[in-house]
Parts: sequence; structure tokens; C-alpha cells
Amino acid sequence: MIKDITLGQYYPADSVLHKLDPRVKLVATLVFIASLFLVKSWVGYGAATLFLVLVIRLSRVPFSFMVRGLRAIIMLLMITVVFNLFLTPGERVLVRFWKLTITDEGLRTAMFMAVRLIYLIIGSSVMTLTTTPNDLTDGMERLMGPLKKLRVPVHEVAMMMSIALRFIPILMEETDKIMKAQIARGADFESGNLIQKAKSLVPLLVPLFISAFRRANDLAMAMEARCYHGGEGRTKMKPLYYEGRDYRAYAALLLYLAVIIGIRVLGNYVRIL
Amino acid sequence: MNMIQAERVVYEYARYDDEGNVAEMKRAVDGVDLNIQKGDFVAILGHNGSGKSTLAKHLNAILLPREGTVWVDGKDTKDESKLWEIRQSAGMVFQNPDNQIIGTIVEEDVGFGPENMGVPTPEIWERVEESLQAVNMLKYRHHSPNKLSGGQKQRVAIAGVVAMHPQCIVLDEPTAMLDPNGRKEVIRAVRALNQVEDITVILITHYMEEVIHADRVIVMDQGRIVMQGTPRQVFSRVEELKAYRLDVPQATLLAYELRQAGLPLPEGILSREELVEELCRLKQNI
Repeated sequence: MIKDITLGQYYPADSVLHKLDPRVKLVATLVFIASLFLVKSWVGYGAATLFLVLVIRLSRVPFSFMVRGLRAIIMLLMITVVFNLFLTPGERVLVRFWKLTITDEGLRTAMFMAVRLIYLIIGSSVMTLTTTPNDLTDGMERLMGPLKKLRVPVHEVAMMMSIALRFIPILMEETDKIMKAQIARGADFESGNLIQKAKSLVPLLVPLFISAFRRANDLAMAMEARCYHGGEGRTKMKPLYYEGRDYRAYAALLLYLAVIIGIRVLGNYVRIL
Repeated sequence: MNMIQAERVVYEYARYDDEGNVAEMKRAVDGVDLNIQKGDFVAILGHNGSGKSTLAKHLNAILLPREGTVWVDGKDTKDESKLWEIRQSAGMVFQNPDNQIIGTIVEEDVGFGPENMGVPTPEIWERVEESLQAVNMLKYRHHSPNKLSGGQKQRVAIAGVVAMHPQCIVLDEPTAMLDPNGRKEVIRAVRALNQVEDITVILITHYMEEVIHADRVIVMDQGRIVMQGTPRQVFSRVEELKAYRLDVPQATLLAYELRQAGLPLPEGILSREELVEELCRLKQNI
């Protein structure tokens, strides 16, 4: 059933990571991504790997779920590796055949790039797998809070995101219904080339848009009838509070960042790092 | 003071032709006077286009009257400074359950109204629990609204209004999109709110079976109130109701036809039980 699909890729489990404040997880993901671009040596990547493995173990999400996100970028990954491998100029040539050369430098960059991309995807998967979409929007609203002073409509954007999350399954069901209704009247969505297929979508999209606008109108009225008047003077049913574990997580994150920066700085002096 | 008072309310909207010019002004509500006491259960009947939904939207300031005045709990709906107070004291439930649920989890949706009103967090939780209990949906609090049936969704919507602690709830055809079971669930919940919590209920509908429990029935046609009285009084005028293109409850209709055929049945029979009782009495007398 279309109704049953879960949005995003939340994997329900009972772990410390699931219980963490969404703000911590958002910040941690950003820090982890930044750290991937800071490290330049195998020791640095070793530290990042250790951190990632630890976090995955803590999350209690099966590893196969983490890797799922990689499928989407496999092409990008191959291209990056191939280009870096063959086109990086370097001093020590390892292999040479026909017009292609693989240099020491090239091998190094290609592998670093691959590891970087893979870790990036896995790192953000850990966040989306352990946080419900609702918590994510809440966390983002709170983190972006200071931007309100710059007149960025933070509350409104968060509200729109959560309403979109609520209505995506409804609209998908509706698409399904309209499609069946049109097929029953002889519409053909399957055959033809790309342009014909795109054209056949028009009788699907027009009713869908009309119904979406009607729903938006109804919803706006219902929200107003329930006293919605923007973020001003609004209280929260589930406010975000930092607890002990959130501070400990921040401390661990800080430690990790310190190690990464330490390795990077020392790398300038010590050859092996 | 009356819960809701309306005096000579007129509302009209423009109908546009193809070029976008105003073709005609259509009066949806045409000089309606209305008095609803605290704690009443009032049903408003009318076929499509009779102006009943338009009138309902005047009762919590979604629409403002072109002429005349509406007072909700003594507050004029034109007074913008009291807008949120008015919407808090007169809650509204709409027809389509999907288009009025905002939260992605049942309890979060019920908390939406209190959140907007600035109720402190611990009290929101109390209110959510109370109101889900009142519509008998507490065990679904952690569910996604998408997985509920129509009747359940509509009860969640009602709970969302109840959590705002209104004195009055306006329900605009809450059962129009539901199956018979869902209709029964919703009407049962509404009656319980009226009797247990003493909330004034204004139920707009075109299902006759739903109004037989009302204290008062108002029939609208072409923007005007054309009949008013207790269900018994209104339903005894079968010919008139038919003229307004309204059905009468099955039992009432059968009793009416039997009386036309010569059986000495009393007027204003509303339910099947009453009809059975009267028929049995007749049989004994024979």
C-alpha cells in the first residue's frame, strides 16, 4: 500500500543515537562532513573511520541500510575515481600502458576521493536513519533560529516542510487514483518515446494540481480556524531540551574534531602523518 | 447572553463571467436571524447551495457579514482585536478530514490548536490527553493520521478543536465523506461532547438521521431560514420538507405514508423504535 511508505528512510530502533536531540545530530553530521575535507592523510582517515564505525555500532541500524544510499551515487563515484586515477600528474609513475598513466599521486587522490564520498553518504545516512523527518524539521527550525533576526522566515519554512511531509503520501495516493481513472478511460502512460510519455502525463498533472490547490485552500482555512497566526507567541508541545547525553555527545564530537585538527596540524611536521 | 447571536446577516459573493467581469452578485445568506443558547445542540439542514455552510463560516469569523452582525459569546466578529478569542471560543470542524489535519502524528495534530494559543507545554499534554479521551481515540495517539479510517480522522479533527477548550463547536457537514459506520462514530462523539462536556454544538448536515437528537432544527433554503423547531415539530411537516428537497428519516416517512393511508398514527415519529411501539399499540387495540 502506498499509504504505508515511510518518508525519508527512518529506521526505528531503540538506541542512544535515536534518542539524541536532532540538533546534536545535525551539527555532528556537518562537523563530520567538514572533517572529511580537513584530513589529508591515511591516519586522518583512520580516525574518521573509527568514529564512523563507532557511531554506526551505537545506532543499531543494520549496516546494509547504510550502504543503500551509496547506490544512488555509484556512477558519480566511478567517474571521480577513474578521472582522478588517470589524469592526476605526478612524479612517480606506477603503471603506464598505451596513453594512460597511473601515478603515485593519482592513486592516492582517487582513493581519498572515493573514501571521502562514501563516508559522506554513510555519515548523512546515519542521521536520516536515526531521526524522524519531524524531528529533523524541528531541529532545523531551532538551529536556524538566529536567522530570524535577519528576517529569514525560519518558522514558516519549517511549517511548510512539515506540511509537505504530511501531504506527500496523500497526494501520492491521489495520483494513483487519478492514474487509474484515466487508464479506465483509455489513457496510455506506458508506451511511446520520452516525449510522448511526457505528454501523456498532462491529463494526470492537471487534475492533481487542481486538487492540491483545493486542499491547500481548505488546509489554510482549517489552520486559521485553529488560531494559527505564524510563529509569534506560539508554544511547543514537544520542545527541544538538551539533556545529559546530548552534552556528552557534543563533548565526544569536540574531541573528534580536536583529533582531526591535531592530525592535520601535526601532518605538516611529521612525515608519516 | 446567548452563545451565538446573528442579526439580519447578509453575505453575497460575485460570480464572474469569462472575461473576469462581475456577472451577478449572488446572495448566499440573506437576512438570517439566529439565537443559540449555551449548551444547545442545534442542527442546520438544507440541500446543496442553501447557504448553510456559508452561514457556518460566519460563526467563527472566517467570513464577515456584508450586512448585519454576528456576536460570538458577546463579541462582534468584525472586531479584529478579538479575532483569536472568537476562534478559540467557537471551534470549527470541516467536511474533508484529510484537509484539516496538520500534524503527522495524531497527538501532534491535536496539540496544534493549543500551541497556536500559546498554552504552556505541560498543559498542552493534559489537554491533548483529555480531548483524545473525549472522542475515544486515546489509543491511536502515536499513529499517523494517514493510516486511520475516515471516521477516526474526523474524530481526531474534533479532538483538535476540543483541545482549544471552546464553548461552542461548529461542524460543517462532518460526515459527508464518511461511510455509515464512520458517521455513527462521529455523531456519537459529538453528542457525548454536548451532553458530558456541555459544549454548544451546531451541526450542519443533510443527513436527517443525524438531527433527530438535536434540541432544535433549523432548515435553510436559498439563504433564508425557512423552518425552525424541535425535530418532532419539523419532521411532522413532511410535505414542506419535500418542497425544500430534503428527505425525512425513513421511519418518519413510513409513518407519514401510513397515516396518509388511514392508520391513526401520531405525528412526528422520529425513530424506528417509536414507530414499532406505536404500531404494536395499534395492533393491540384492534
